[in-house]
Amino acid sequence: MTPIPDAALSAQVQPAATPPHLLRNFCIIAHIDHGKSTLADRMLQLTGVVDARAMREQYLDRMDIERERGITIKSQAVRMTWAVAGEAGGPLVPYALNMIDTPGHVDFTYEVSRSLAACEGAVLLVDAAQGIEAQTLANLYLAMENDLAIIPVLNKIDLPAAQPERYAEEIAGLVGGDPSDVLRVSGKTGEGVSALLDRIVHEVPAPQGDPDAAARAMIFDSVYDTYRGVVTYVRVVDGRLTHRERIAMMSTKATHELLEIGVISPEPVPTKGLGVGEVGYLITGVKDVRQSKVGDTVTDAVRPAEHSLSGYADPKPMVYSGLYPIDGSDYPVLRDALDKLKLNDAALVYEPETSVALGFGFRVGFLGLLHLEIVRERLEREFDLDLISTAPNVVYEVTLEDRSVLTVTNPSEFPGGRIAQVREPIVRATILAPSEFIGAIMELCQARRGELLGMDYLSPERVEMRYTLPLAEIVFDFFDALKSRTRGYASLDYEAAGEQPGDLVKVDILLQGEQVDAFSAIVHKDKAYAYGVAMAGKLKELIPRQQFEVPIQAAVGARVIARENVRALRKDVLAKCYGGDITRKRKLLEKQKEGKKRMKTIGRVEVPQEAFIAALSSEASPDKEKSKK
Amino acid sequence: MTPSALPDGEPVPDDGALPAWVADAPSVAPGFAVYVHVPFCRVRCGYCDFNTYTSAELGGGASQVAYAQTAASEIELARRVLADVGRGEPVSTVFFGGGTPTLLPPADLATILAAVEDAWGLAPGAEVTTEANPDSVTPASLAALAAAGFTRVSFGVQSVVPHVLATLDRTHDPDRVPDVVGWARDAGLAVSLDLIYGTPGESLDDWRRSLDAVAGLAVDHVSAYALVVEEGTRMGAQVRRGLLPAPDPDDEAAKYELADEVLSAAGLTWYEVSNWARTDADACRHNLGYWRGVDWWGVGPGAHSHVGGGDRAVRWWNVKHPRAYADRLAAGRSPAAAREVLGGDEVRLERVLLAVRLREGLDVQLLGDAPRHAVAGLVADGLLDGVAAIRGRAVLTRRGRLLADTVVRALTD
Repeated sequence: MTPIPDAALSAQVQPAATPPHLLRNFCIIAHIDHGKSTLADRMLQLTGVVDARAMREQYLDRMDIERERGITIKSQAVRMTWAVAGEAGGPLVPYALNMIDTPGHVDFTYEVSRSLAACEGAVLLVDAAQGIEAQTLANLYLAMENDLAIIPVLNKIDLPAAQPERYAEEIAGLVGGDPSDVLRVSGKTGEGVSALLDRIVHEVPAPQGDPDAAARAMIFDSVYDTYRGVVTYVRVVDGRLTHRERIAMMSTKATHELLEIGVISPEPVPTKGLGVGEVGYLITGVKDVRQSKVGDTVTDAVRPAEHSLSGYADPKPMVYSGLYPIDGSDYPVLRDALDKLKLNDAALVYEPETSVALGFGFRVGFLGLLHLEIVRERLEREFDLDLISTAPNVVYEVTLEDRSVLTVTNPSEFPGGRIAQVREPIVRATILAPSEFIGAIMELCQARRGELLGMDYLSPERVEMRYTLPLAEIVFDFFDALKSRTRGYASLDYEAAGEQPGDLVKVDILLQGEQVDAFSAIVHKDKAYAYGVAMAGKLKELIPRQQFEVPIQAAVGARVIARENVRALRKDVLAKCYGGDITRKRKLLEKQKEGKKRMKTIGRVEVPQEAFIAALSSEASPDKEKSKK
Repeated sequence: MTPSALPDGEPVPDDGALPAWVADAPSVAPGFAVYVHVPFCRVRCGYCDFNTYTSAELGGGASQVAYAQTAASEIELARRVLADVGRGEPVSTVFFGGGTPTLLPPADLATILAAVEDAWGLAPGAEVTTEANPDSVTPASLAALAAAGFTRVSFGVQSVVPHVLATLDRTHDPDRVPDVVGWARDAGLAVSLDLIYGTPGESLDDWRRSLDAVAGLAVDHVSAYALVVEEGTRMGAQVRRGLLPAPDPDDEAAKYELADEVLSAAGLTWYEVSNWARTDADACRHNLGYWRGVDWWGVGPGAHSHVGGGDRAVRWWNVKHPRAYADRLAAGRSPAAAREVLGGDEVRLERVLLAVRLREGLDVQLLGDAPRHAVAGLVADGLLDGVAAIRGRAVLTRRGRLLADTVVRALTD
C-alpha cells in the first residue's frame, strides 16, 4: 500500500472540497543550515508532488540569492497529499497537508509569526550535530505561545558528528516529553521522513473554523510577480473564498475581484475556491504588495466579517543606511530599482537624500542587517548597480530642550545642541552557548551596554543567557565579536523591546575643518573617543597626500576628540621628460584626469571614492551576518 | 631617450609614410632636431630601463660594428619620408643618447653625424651633443669627436660617492671625472654633467658631496634627476622584494631643494625642472626643442619621433630590439613599430605639460577659461610665480617645480 493517495482517495481531498478533518497545516521551525529545505524537498518527493527528475535542490526557494545562500527569505506554502491507515488497520485515509515554509532569520520575525499563525502544528527541526540554536528557540517559544503542536525532529542523523542522544535530551527538556519521542530523520537520505509525515497527520490538529461564518482569511505572505502582479498567500480561517467573488482587505477596506484562487502543488493550480482551514494563493491584479499586506484579513466584500483576525502590524524599519550609486549618473536607475523592489517588499522604506560627500542617494530603512544586505545585493545583481552604503544606524528619538521631538534616521540630522534627552531602541537578546563561554559573553555584553536579565541551563553543558542591549550595539559587529569569543559556538536571537534613554553623542569627522556627512556617527559618550580615533586613523591611511596638509579631526560638537594629519605632498613631478617619456606622461595625466571624475571634493580636499568605500565598509560588517550559525 | 615599455598605437605603413595632413601641420616651434639612439652599454645598470644591450647580447646585423651603417640607412629613409610632406630643413640640434654612445668608435659616431648632414645639412651653429660615460672616453676620442663636428658632451656622473655608484652598478671611478671634464674642454667641447639623486642608501650628505664636487668643476650645465625605480629592472625587482627601500618623495624633495641651492650658489640657474645652466646660451637646445614642441626624428631601436603641431601631430616609435630594427631596415622597411595621432586636445595637453616645465613658462592665453582662473589659486598656493603671472606667463616656483604634476592637472582641467 502506497501512502500516495490513488485517484479515488485523492478525490476526497480536492482543493475547495476537503473537509477540515482531512487537513493538516504545519510549518518547519529550523535554524538556517539545519536542513529545512532539504527535508522539505524530500517531503515533496515522497508525497509525489515533485518527481525525482523535476527535483532541483531547495525547490521551494525561488530567489537566486536564497538558493545560493541556502536560506529562505520569503515563505511559501505547498499542498501535498498523504494517506495513512485508518484506526485498527482500516482502509487508507487521505489527507491534504499544507507545508508553510517560514523565513529563518531574526530580521523577519514578523513574517515568521504570521506563518505560525497559519498553522496548527510545527516541526521543530534541529541539526543532530549542532543542537538547538537561539533563533530556533525563539521561534519555538513563539509556536508554543500560539498553541501549535510541536513535533521534535533531529535531522542529519547520517552525519558522523551527529549526537542524537544528547540533543534529543536537550529538546525533550524544552518541549516536554521523552527523548524517545524525538524523531530522527535524514533529509539527505530520506530516512525517517515517511514516519514524520505520518506523525504530522496523527499529531497536528485539524483546523477549527466556522465553515458558515463570514469569510476570514489571513495573509501570511505576499509576493510580486512580474507577469501576474501580486500573489497573496492566505490561510482561510472561517467561511470560504470563491473564484470571481469580490473580496475586501479589512485594514484598508479596499475591495478587489478574485481573478484567480488556487493552491500550490508545487506550481500554482487554480481552483474553484478555498474552503475553511485551507491554505492557498489568490490574485487580484494589484501591483504592489502594500495593497495586500502580510497580517491583514481578507473577507467577502458583500458579506464582510465583523472583526478582523488579530495580529496585524505594519512592518517597522529598525536599521537605516544611506545607499548611493558610485557613478552619480546611476541615480535614476537606483530610484527605479528601489521602486521595483518595493513592489515585493512591504518592509522596504526609502526617501531621497543628498550627501555632500556621496552625492545623490537614498536613506533606506530595513528590518535588520540581513534585510539590508539582501536588498543591496539584489540592487547590485538584478539592476547592475555599484553602490556605497553608509554605516547602518538605528532610529533615535531626540527630545529638545523646548520639548519638541525629532526622529533621527540619519546621523547628520542629529541636532548639535539643546538636547534634553535621546532615546534609542533596545532589544531583548537571547544567546545560547556552551557554558564555558559564560564569562566571555558577559564581558562582551557589558562592553556593549547590555543588562543581564537571566540565565538558564538547557543542559549541564549549554546555557541560555538573556540580555537587554541597545540595538545600535548589535547592528555593527556584535555577532562577529560573539562568534570569535565563543569559537563560533554561540547563537543569537533578539527582538525589539522598546526604547530607553541613552547618553549618546554625535561624532563628526572633519577634513580641513569641513564636516564629512557620510562619516558622522551617533555613539555612546564613552565610545566617542574610540570611534573618533579609529576613523581618523583609517582616513589618514586612505586619503592621498595633497599639496597642502590635511588635518583630519573627530569632534563632538565643537570639541575635537581626535586628530590626525595627512602630510603635505612635496613632490610629484616626473624628473625626466624627453622623447618617449612625453607619451607616457600624457597618458598618465589623462588617466589621472579620468580618475579625478571619481574624486569627491570636501572643501579643497580631493578624496577618492575608494576611500569612502573602504572607510564605510570596514566600519560595519553586515557581510558577516550571513555566516550566522 | 627611450624607456623600455612602448605605448600602444596604430600601425605605420611599411614605407614609413606620414599622414598627408602633416604637410599642413607646421610645428609650433622653429627648428628640426635629430636624436640618435645608441643601444649599447658595457654593463647593464640595475636601475636602467632604457633600451640598451651589452655587446654579448647582440650579434649579426645588430652588432655594434654594423650599427653606424644601419642608423645611416634609417636617416636616408627619414629624409624621403619627410620630403614627401615638405619637411626637412637643416638640422638645428643632434643628440646622441643611449646606452653609451661613446662605446662606438668616434669614427662610427662621425659616420652617423655625416649621414644627418648629407640628408638635411646642419644649420649654422648647430648643437651636436653626445652622452658619454666618464670611463668610455680618452683625450684622443674626445678630440676626434670635436673634429667630427660634435660641440657638446654630457657625462653620466650620477654620484661621486662610491657606495651610491655601486648601488647604481656604475663602474666608473669618480676621481676620473675632473680629468674627463678637462679633456673635453681642451677638445673645445661644452660640458654637461648628469647627476642622480634618491638612490637607495644615499644620505642627504652623500648627495651634498656629489653636488659640491660638480659645482667645483665649474661646468656650464648640470642635469639632476630623481632615480625612478622602473618595473622590469633588476632594481625594480629588488625594491619589490624589499631588498632595497623604495624611493621616498619627501627625501627626493629635500634633495631637489638642496640641488637648487648648491647649483644656484655655483652660478647655475634652472631653465627646466631638472636642468641648470650658467647662461641661457648654455642650455641644451636639443632638449628645449622637446619641451617647446619642435619636429624631431629619433633614429635607432626604440627611438621616438614627433612631427606636427597646432591641431594635429603624430608621434611614432621604432621597434625595440636592435635585431628587429636592423632586419626591418635591411628589408627596406620602416623600423617604426606604431604611431599615435594626437588631436587638438592632446596637443594642447602636451603643450601645457611640457611648457610649464620651463623657466620661460607657459603663455597663459593658451589656457582655456577655467584653467586660466586656476592660475590665481596656484599663485596663492605658492606653486606659480606671481610676478610672471601678472605678465601673462605661468612659471613654476621652486615648490611648484616639485609639484609640477599638480600644477599641470590644475591648468588642464
